[in-house]
Order: sequence, then structure tokens, then C-alpha cells
Amino acid sequence: MSLLEISGLRIALNGDEDKQVVKGLNLKIEPGQTMCLVGESGSGKSLSALSVMGLLPNVLSPIAGSILLKGENLLDASAHRMRSLRATSMSMIFQEPMTALNPVARVGQQIEEVLEFHSDISQSARRSRVKEMMEAVHLPDVDKMYNSFPHQLSGGQRQRIMIAMALIMSPQLLIADEPTTALDVTTQAQILSLIRELREEQGAAVLFITHDMGVVSEIADDVTVLKLGEVMETQSVDNLLRYPQTDYTRALLQSVPSQVPRPERNKTSEGIVLATNDLCKTYDSAGFLKKARQVKAAQGVSISLMKGRTLGIVGESGSGKSTVARCIMRLIDPTSGSIMVGGRDIATLSQKELKPHRKKIQIVFQDPMRSLNPRIEVGQSIIEGPLNFGVPRNTAMARARELLELVGLPASAVDRFPHQFSGGQRQRIAIARALAMDPDVLVADEAVSALDVSVQAQVLDLLAELQERLGLGILFITHDLGVAAQICDDVLVMQNGQVVEYGPAAKVLGAPQQDYTKALIAAAPGRHWDFANFRPFAEAAN
Amino acid sequence: MTEKMASASPSYRLTSLSRTRQIVFSSPLVTISTLVLIIIILSALLAPWVVPHDPVRLTPSVRLKPPSDLYWLGTDAFGRDLFSRIITGGRISLVVGVAAAIFAVALGLLLGLMAGYIRWVDAVLMRMVDGLMAIPSILLAIAIVSLWGASLWTVLFAITIPEVPRVVRLVRSIVLSAREEPYVEAAIAAGSPTTLIMRRHLLPNTIAPLIIQGTYICASAILTEAILSFLGAGINPETPSWGNIMAEGRIYFQINPGIVLWPGLVVSVAILSINLLGDAVRDALDPRMAKRGIER
Repeated sequence: MSLLEISGLRIALNGDEDKQVVKGLNLKIEPGQTMCLVGESGSGKSLSALSVMGLLPNVLSPIAGSILLKGENLLDASAHRMRSLRATSMSMIFQEPMTALNPVARVGQQIEEVLEFHSDISQSARRSRVKEMMEAVHLPDVDKMYNSFPHQLSGGQRQRIMIAMALIMSPQLLIADEPTTALDVTTQAQILSLIRELREEQGAAVLFITHDMGVVSEIADDVTVLKLGEVMETQSVDNLLRYPQTDYTRALLQSVPSQVPRPERNKTSEGIVLATNDLCKTYDSAGFLKKARQVKAAQGVSISLMKGRTLGIVGESGSGKSTVARCIMRLIDPTSGSIMVGGRDIATLSQKELKPHRKKIQIVFQDPMRSLNPRIEVGQSIIEGPLNFGVPRNTAMARARELLELVGLPASAVDRFPHQFSGGQRQRIAIARALAMDPDVLVADEAVSALDVSVQAQVLDLLAELQERLGLGILFITHDLGVAAQICDDVLVMQNGQVVEYGPAAKVLGAPQQDYTKALIAAAPGRHWDFANFRPFAEAAN
Repeated sequence: MTEKMASASPSYRLTSLSRTRQIVFSSPLVTISTLVLIIIILSALLAPWVVPHDPVRLTPSVRLKPPSDLYWLGTDAFGRDLFSRIITGGRISLVVGVAAAIFAVALGLLLGLMAGYIRWVDAVLMRMVDGLMAIPSILLAIAIVSLWGASLWTVLFAITIPEVPRVVRLVRSIVLSAREEPYVEAAIAAGSPTTLIMRRHLLPNTIAPLIIQGTYICASAILTEAILSFLGAGINPETPSWGNIMAEGRIYFQINPGIVLWPGLVVSVAILSINLLGDAVRDALDPRMAKRGIER
């Protein structure tokens, strides 16, 4: 008998047959096995997992099918029964450990609480069991950490606490809902190996939900691919990556950015459109009766970007890559250094003096849901900049229509509101808005990170095409080495506000000199797989 | 531009008819509150034409009479018809309530926008606001009235000023979070002047919370006006208002308790209705409620 067997599961909105979000899911997990549930946003992968735990939001309910855990149908189980099954037979870890943990309780006590509810052992036994578990998830200095609050820990440590909490009753099934998506790539690698290790030690089965094919290739035994609530295919991981059965899976795999740097393009001699010299940003937090503290968010950043080329700034969270972008945009004021845009240093200009230079450099943000004002029509958002520079309204609006067509949207979109578009479409609108100013430089601050991988590929193609046509210099900020490898001519690696390595992409990503860059590349999930060609890189070399 | 706004999608429009209807009929309690408010407002507006007796004419022969066919709620110590006085008193109370809400919201919005967006204004203004909030609002109002003497305008001023700090804080906190939105940064990058950013990208975020805050201010201003009048620091006692009707009646409470109880009841019902309506508007505009609405 399988440990978990889901058959014909259908989940619908308000029990309405016509509004199904999961349409007939079949899934089997054997003990000690890892099943990956893969899909893009809206595929119903998280809802499927929540339905196993009995944690679906009220408006959603299973209308057909069964979820058998060791032969017991969870859909028929009472609330009381579900409560006693959670933690003891099945448990779950979530994407964002900061919000999954209680911010005002000590982490050790949060783990202990699980034991308090589900076992009868004494308090001292509980405490020593919690510390054992914290050691098992490789947390340092357990005695001290037991009394820490979540905000005092790093993201990776918080996720380890979540895992300790989930596994302390040795459940047979662990559900992990995008457990590494919010983490940096090096931390992600550690958490993945921790999950593998604990699965082997405890013999638990893992239902692992992710959107990232790289992670799939690292952790899965079997994979189920979901699209809009429907199962596309279920295969062992090796078969899936080599011989995908459906067009959807094939397209999904081909959208995964390859880790191999792009070939270098011919250098045009048309000159530098953006350069910084020794750019620094320091935050001072001096306060009344408070010790002055300095945070060096970015130090000594010197870059130069030529017309028609792409410079990538890569780094983990807190590396200062966004600080650099925001300094260059003058959304924050740099502490020292120069920013040359079109032959003029804009680092120290006042907001008024800066205005004529604003149009030469434009930005596209990460979150497509928040980068457009929800209350005004798309067209009004696009023409706001040109109007500020005295372009007549009619001319600007005609240009907005042209630009929307240029980025692959209908011209009639000018009269619609942002909420009427999908995330990828909104990102196209944001690009159109940036282009409306006819900039020389486009700063893309994690501009594709919030998008599904297939949409991400489309937006990257669009950027490449626009660069080709308009000769844009693109400053591309990303945490994703695959994306950087795919589109950047040059790459700058940052860590803790310092520049680690800077040079042509082929050199920095292909033959890194610095240990940090090497570690970063080694931690990238799925770096051994050439997803687009359905084979590991090792085979390609032979 | 205006034509386009009118054809805009309903989810961001507050004033459309269907939206209003949806709020008014969201629960029976809200429907009743709305009805009660309409009756109170209409009768106050039409007071000179609907009152059965002159509210200020003294008729010593019928002092302190209990309710009768002629005087529906009885008469006060000077023989004036209580029913007519309550209806007429509503005019002052409602004017004060609505005007205080409008002035407090307008002033608070202006100061809050500046405090939220301009750093140095924030540092100075918010300390003054903190200071103002530390003084109990009734005490502050009494101080202002006794400083300049009681008239409609000073009473209005005295009631409005203590309400402003709350509005400033509300607007400031909304602006502080909205200014971090990427679409505001995009506008900065597009070279938009500060006034345009405030008007176009920041101000619309404050409208919904301000409508709700406005209803609460309106209710609290009516109460404060009644309290001021009751304490003798309100509008000239010759002009009836709910507060000074009660103030005058309190020494005759044992002879004709209606003089205090009836206006008290009207004040309570009016404030309750306004607050219920405010809650209904809040529920309708709350983003979480709105989300659930879309899912349906």
C-alpha cells in the first residue's frame, strides 16, 4: 500500500462544478520517496498540498475523489482526527519561514509546543528532544538558539526551525510547499541537502512542491507536472527530463535558462552610455541616545555599460545589487562616487537639475502587480513621463499605442486598467512605459523574477529584441545565474555590498576566479542538466 | 479624461449608484440606520416648515407639561414645545457634525500628505500633532471656546482642531507605505513633480479610509457639540441644539425627565446610525472583503 494515494481529487470554488481549480489529481507516494509537484502559478499545486493537510481556504472544497493516507481517507476525517494526524503522521513546511513562525515566541518553544500537544513526555524530556532535533537540522549553538526569536535568525536558519518543527514527531509524510523559493541560492542548496538527509534518516516520504526545474532535478524521485489544475504527466525524474511526454512539459523545460554563458557579442565602438566610478552608499542610523551604526550597502562599485549591451549585477539578498540600481536611478542618493549618464555626472545633481537627465535612464521593477498604479489606465501611466517633458498629449498617446504593439500587446490596451492584465502582460506594459521616454539605458531590477518560467523566457526574448532594435544598454539586476548567463555580456558579482568579480560573462560564469563566485555557481540547482536539450551536460561533453 | 474616468471599471469607484445600493442594503441594520439618518436630516433641513410650534416662543402658561396631543413630547421650563426644539436643534448639531468632518478631513489630508512625503515637514509637524493629541479633546475645545467666546464658528473650530491629529496620522501612515510602491518610484524616474505624484499616485489611496474616518468624526463632533452645550461652553443658549436643550432641562429632570431623555435619545440614535453606516462603508471598501467579493 502506498503511503499517500490521491485519486480523482477535484477541488472547486464554492463547490461549483464549473469552477474547478484542481481537476482530477492522481498521485501515489511510497515511503521514503520524494514526489515533486511541478507547475506554474495557478496550476493548483499548492491547493493540492493544502487539501491533504485539510487546510484549504473556506471558499474552496474538494468535490470528488479521495486522499488516502495509509489507507485512511482524509476527506472523511473529522476535524479532531485531522488535528491528531497533523504533526504525527503528516506535516508541512511553507515558503516564507518568517511569516510561518510566530514572531513573538521563542523558536525553541514553538518547536516544543508540537510535543506538548502530541505527546505526554515531561517538560525536561521535551526540551532535550527539541535540542536534539535542532542539532539534527544542523543549527549552531543550540542552547542559545532555543531562546532566540525568529527575527534574530537568518532565512535559512528559520527554515531549519520549520523543518525541525515539522519532523519532531517523525511523521511519515512531509509536505514542502516551495520551501526554498524565498531563500538565497547557497542557502537553498543547504536546505535541499538537509531535506534529503532527513528523508533518508527518518524514512519519511516527501511531497515537494516547486516551480523550479533545477530544484526538481536535485531532489525528486518522481515528478507530477500540473497545468491549470490538470495532470500533464507523471514520470520518474530522469525520464521526465530526458523524454517529456507532453508539449507542455517540453516547453516548460526549454524555458529554463541555461547556466552556460552566452557567446560574447561583437563590441560596438559606439561608446559608453552609463558608467559609475567608485559608487558608495552608506546608511547611518544615528539616533537620540543610540549608538551610531553604519551599514555599507554598496562600496566601490565601478561599472561601464556600452550601447546595445547588457551588464548583469548578480548577488544574493543583501548583496547591495538593488542599492546600486536605485542609486543609479537616483531614487536614493549615493554617499560618494560618480554616475556618468550621457557624459554628465548625475550623482550630485539636485532633483531639479536632474530632471532633464531622467529621460535617458529608465527602470523596470520586479513586482508587476505593484509597478503600475492600479487606479489609472495603462495609457495614462505610459504617457506620464513624456507629458512631464512637454510632449503634447495626443502625440504621447499615439506613441503609447505604438509602444504597446511593440511589446506585443494590442494598442487598445491604453484604455484598460492594470488589473485586467496578467503578470507577464503588466511587465510588458512597464517596459513600454520605460521605453516611452526613449532612454539610452534600461535598468531591469529583478524584472523577470516574479514571473513564471515560460513567461520569463518571453519577457527575456522581448528585452533582447528591443535591445537589438533600439540599441538599448541594459543593466540587469538578478539573483538568478541562469538568467544572467543567458542574456548578459558582462557580469558583476556582489556580496555584502562589495564587488567580488567583474568581467565578461563567459569568464566570470564560465571560469570564475573568486571562491564566492564558484560557490554561487556550485549551489545553483540543476546546473548539471541541459534542460533545453533534455540531457545532462556531462553527456553533451562526451 | 473625465469621460474615461466615468467609464472606468467599478472596482475602484466609490460613488457609483450600484455600489451605494450595495452598501445601504448590506444588512437590515444598515438600511434602518440610513432611513433614520435621512429622516433626521430631512426634518432638520425642513424644520421651519414642519415644526408644530415656534421653537423659541415662550409660553409661561404651559411650563413643564407632560406629552399631550398639542405638545407631543411636552414642554420645557419656559413653555416651549420640546418636539419643535429637538427638530430645530438638529440643524446646529448636524451642521457642526458634517462641517467638522469636512474641515478636519481636508486639513488633516493636506498636512498628512506633506508629513508623509516631505521629510523635514514630518519631523516638525508630527511633534506638534503629538502635543495636540496629548490634550484631552473636550478640555482643548473648552479652552478654545472660552478664549474666543461662543459662536457657531468658534465652536466648530474648537471641535475640528482636536480631530485633525487623528486624520493627519492616518493619512501619513497611508502615504508612508504608498510612497514605497514601485509605481511611485516609476513616477519619480519619469520626472514627475512632487505635486503630481501626491495628487495622482498618493492621494487616491487615502480616499476610502478618509470617508470612513469622516463618518466617525461626524458622529464624535455631534457628541462633542452636545457636551460643550451641556457644559455651557457651546453655542448661544437661545439657539436650540441637542446639547443645550438637555443642559437647560437637567434641573427639571425630576419634574419632566423627557426634556433630557428625548434629545439624549435622538443624539444616541443619530450617532449610532452614523457609526453603523461608517462600518458598512468600511466593510465594503476593505480590500480583504473586496477580494472575497471577486472570488464569489
